[in-house]
Amino acid sequence: MIFASLFETAWHALVTHRMRSFLTMLGMMIGVAAVILMLAIGQGAQAMVRDSIESMGSNLFIIMSGATTAGGARVAGGMAPTLTFDDANAIRELDDIAAAAPVSPGSAQLIFGGINWSTSVFGTTPDYAVVRDWPMASGSFFSEADVRSGARVTVIGAVVARELFGDEDPIGKIIRIRQAPFEVIGVLASKGQSLDGRDQDDTVMVPISSAQQKIFSSSLRNRARMIMAQAVSEKRMDTAESAINELLRNRHRIGVGQEDDFTVRNLTAIAEAAASTTRIMSLLLGAIAAISLVVGGIGIMNIMLVSVTERTREIGIRMAIGARRRDVLWQFLIEALTLSLIGCAIGLLLGIGGAWLVERLAGLPVAVTPASVLMAVGVSFLIGVFFGFYPARRAAGLDPIEALRSQ
Amino acid sequence: MAQPGKPLIEVVNLEKDYPTGGGVFQALRGVSLSIAAGEFVAIMGASGSGKSTFMNLLGCLDRPTRGSYHLDGQDVSRLSSDQLAALRNREIGFVFQGFNLLPKLTALDNVALPLMYAGMGRMARRKQAQATLDRVGLGERSHHTPLQLSGGQQQRVAIARALASRPRIIFADEPTGNLDSETSRQVMDFFSQLNREEGITLVLVTHEADIAAYARRRIRFQDGRVVEDVAQVEAAA
Ligand SMILES: Nc1ncnc2c1ncn2[C@@H]1O[C@H](COP(=O)(O)OP(=O)(O)O)[C@@H](O)[C@H]1O
Ligand SMILES: [Mg+2]
Repeated sequence: MIFASLFETAWHALVTHRMRSFLTMLGMMIGVAAVILMLAIGQGAQAMVRDSIESMGSNLFIIMSGATTAGGARVAGGMAPTLTFDDANAIRELDDIAAAAPVSPGSAQLIFGGINWSTSVFGTTPDYAVVRDWPMASGSFFSEADVRSGARVTVIGAVVARELFGDEDPIGKIIRIRQAPFEVIGVLASKGQSLDGRDQDDTVMVPISSAQQKIFSSSLRNRARMIMAQAVSEKRMDTAESAINELLRNRHRIGVGQEDDFTVRNLTAIAEAAASTTRIMSLLLGAIAAISLVVGGIGIMNIMLVSVTERTREIGIRMAIGARRRDVLWQFLIEALTLSLIGCAIGLLLGIGGAWLVERLAGLPVAVTPASVLMAVGVSFLIGVFFGFYPARRAAGLDPIEALRSQ
Repeated sequence: MAQPGKPLIEVVNLEKDYPTGGGVFQALRGVSLSIAAGEFVAIMGASGSGKSTFMNLLGCLDRPTRGSYHLDGQDVSRLSSDQLAALRNREIGFVFQGFNLLPKLTALDNVALPLMYAGMGRMARRKQAQATLDRVGLGERSHHTPLQLSGGQQQRVAIARALASRPRIIFADEPTGNLDSETSRQVMDFFSQLNREEGITLVLVTHEADIAAYARRRIRFQDGRVVEDVAQVEAAA
């Protein structure tokens, strides 16, 4: 088959002009490396966002005390919470809602033995574990009864467990949360980073009643800064949202035209928005890198055109001894393709190596996916064909006599 | 094989115009002749008389402006560019004044090149190329590149390349133009031998009388026309 020979011919031509071949491939190499690296960074970010979203729980609403401000969904700080435990219970009874938990967030110093650890404290109810879809690593979450009785029990996050107890089993140990003694009855499974970059495992949870009595010494009993609720399904998110709004406006006796004293946010929707932002960012990075690929392709076309001009006589000789036009076309097309594919292969190695370095040195999450590798190879192939075709056609279209006469 | 009675090459009123700044330049102004299989023809004439133009037409590298050209009974003007390429590949061998070897390829690869375009496999064509190089006495130099060979050796590689696909006709345009007289003599002896022993039809352009003397027929061109066409006794036989 003549094709094998044409590959040999192309290879020979590339090897005899090593330096020029290398320079020709350089653009392609950089382009492919850039595409691989950018996609790896973009997809790493996407994967991180996706993990955070999954760790957040699904079909999630967060209802906050206070009106929505002009700046967005910001809650006025410092004011007394407008939401009550009863609000949470009422929301929980709604048809579209699966679970709802009042949450009283804060922070406190933990002490166990000689160790001090500062962390966030959430006063809440057992529904919180349901809403957040948060399993236990060991022990159990506190119960409704614990909430009712204001029991001094606590469930701790994985980071707190590690910092305070190391390899020891925390279950049954007594820790001090802002001086008040609490018994550890469970350790939460690790969830990793949240969407805003906080470590979700650096936390402790206590019954909301105990938090208000023993830790925050809140003067406003039975009130919560926020309520987290889960809709029964994704499809019913919209109806759930309006049901919550209607219910709370009724319970808080807010008349028509009056401003709400609470804010309902669909966390899932916000998360999706974040996800699509990273997706667009990742595409944008890839697109910018793809431009350098095209530039690399133009580089190949330039050099191939120079090469055709330089080798006009060679083309004439080949035609004189029986090369058909398509043989010449293929010869130069294969040369361009070989250049772009070798450039692509080296670029792939550079890109993957670069991604590894970024992960190692910059600590950014990266993901080199088979899809992006395939895409880079495919695009390089197309670029080779596209930018190789014009010079090859020019070579094939030469007049044998003219070509033989050239020097 | 040529059909009996039919000449291998037959041109009638062949004309070739080259476009020039103003109008056209008539390089050939009506050439009619025929060459039978097995002939050894020398084409002579002053520089610019149209010899190369004529050879390029006979070699199917170019198409005439007017007139007809039959090669082995076949009307060349009807052939596609691919068919012409195949004809050049299988039926015709070229030897040029400037050798026209590919400088980056070894002698062997140069000789194997036409066989590649004939679709022959790598091993087979290397074998056949080596055998052809042996025939021209360069079997030992098959891995040298043209630059490592003398002019005479380069021309022998070029002859081997012309012979590699076992053509029936060889067109040689001033093949000894770049060679000294001793080397020229060797090349011409080899051509004569090819013609005599293998019946290969040889058409050779030269402006040197002693080179033309090797041929058995002499055609002289002047201003794009044939002005002399005579048989001659082979001098060096
Ligand atoms: N491509 C061309 N364009 C214009 N004129 C040409 C071309 N090729 C050859 N000629 C002219 O045609 C004439 C014959 O050329 P050529 O056949 O090469 O002569 P020879 O080989 O006998 O020296 C010359 O005057 C030459 O200048
Ligand atoms: Mg000439």
